[in-house]
Amino acid sequence: MSLDIWMRENPLTYVWIGSYAVAFLVFAIEIFMVIHKRKITLDQLRMMREADESKEE
Amino acid sequence: MKPRQKRAVYIVVAVIAVGLAVGLVLNALKDNVSLYFTPTDVHEKKAPQDRSFRIGGLVQEGSIKREGDGLTVHFMITDLHQSLPVIYKGILPDLFKEGKGVVAQGKMEADGLMHASEVLAKHDENYMPPEAADALKKAQTANAAAASAVPPVVK
Amino acid sequence: MAINWFKYSAPTTFYPLAGKLIPWFAVSAAILFAAGLYIGFVVAPADATQGEFYRIIFIHVPASIISMFLYLVMAGYAALGLIFNTRLSSMMASAVAPTGALFAFISLWTGALWGKPMWGAWWVWDARMTSELILLFLYLGFIALHASIEDPRRADRAAALLAIVGSVNVPIIYFSVKWWNTLHQGSTIKYSGTSMHIAMQQAMFIMMAACWLYAIAITLMRVRSIILERERNSKWVAQLIEVKS
Repeated sequence: MSLDIWMRENPLTYVWIGSYAVAFLVFAIEIFMVIHKRKITLDQLRMMREADESKEE
Repeated sequence: MKPRQKRAVYIVVAVIAVGLAVGLVLNALKDNVSLYFTPTDVHEKKAPQDRSFRIGGLVQEGSIKREGDGLTVHFMITDLHQSLPVIYKGILPDLFKEGKGVVAQGKMEADGLMHASEVLAKHDENYMPPEAADALKKAQTANAAAASAVPPVVK
Repeated sequence: MAINWFKYSAPTTFYPLAGKLIPWFAVSAAILFAAGLYIGFVVAPADATQGEFYRIIFIHVPASIISMFLYLVMAGYAALGLIFNTRLSSMMASAVAPTGALFAFISLWTGALWGKPMWGAWWVWDARMTSELILLFLYLGFIALHASIEDPRRADRAAALLAIVGSVNVPIIYFSVKWWNTLHQGSTIKYSGTSMHIAMQQAMFIMMAACWLYAIAITLMRVRSIILERERNSKWVAQLIEVKS
């Protein structure tokens, strides 16, 4: 009930925190995860490569 | 036919078959998929008699009456064809206004009123600043006045 | 018709191309987000009936439209992968799925926040909202099914079938407000024009473009990792500068 009153007194804060902040937080998490995934993938590839090279020697 | 063409045909056939099946099911469930009944449905006895259901339409102009306690409200829901009296006790949404869309959930009682347990406002898909809304309203009333001022030509 | 389209559908050529395109999409997305938010919150007026709350529309409508469209893109790539056995198409389908799921989530979330003050309820089981929720589950189902099968080629095929069959849901979402009585209002953007004030319209279309560019950038970033992972035993991957250093 108090939330009902609060959102009507602060509609712009409600819209910003409720919708836009959440949407951009979702985007930020997605970007972080994709960058992290690329880092892990590259690390694995480098390890595979080093293992191959040491085998050849 | 090459295998890739065969696969393409299978996929197209599968999508059409599933689409048809879903379409038929949804068509059979039409009344259940719809969120609410209209006052005309209630008049034609299509709405359930003994259990709670939703009814949607416009709040009839001039029909809102509040009781002394400030919480109980009487109003009529209309689809411009039939209308239905509703009684509701509680807080109404901001957009609940005469002439605007509304969906009420409740049960028809013996007194011929729908006793609503929940009232939701339904807004339209038009977005405009207040000045534009005022101008539109003025234009409409002016048009209506002009239309009623002109005497009918055909007698 | 001298262009060899299959050249670009080979991971070998697509990987560096995507790498070059990502910064352009990302930077233009950021600029358009800033412009869209400025017009949406500073220039556009409040709505006559809904006041400030309607401003959720600038993220809600783009997210909803993109969640539906990305599903068709995903199903299209999945179908191409199934029919032509192209490696890249299936990788693209798996790269689109998480972004589509997040846009579907944003659409549902912002819709609930809009519904509470305006309709009086966070959630109603009407046809529009239920079918959008099903869309989110289809995305999650695609991701889960793909992850649950060990062999990537078999995973591609199984998930592709789910994606293709599920695409039936997209027209249902779109037309639900026409076919049934729903609490959700009808479409604002119609073939006959838009029933919206001009600044509101501009803000919405700019935000839509920004979300599109963002979706493309993040999908390309994700597909690059998928390409590397799936082609890790090939020679060209071992010779990439980023792997060598």
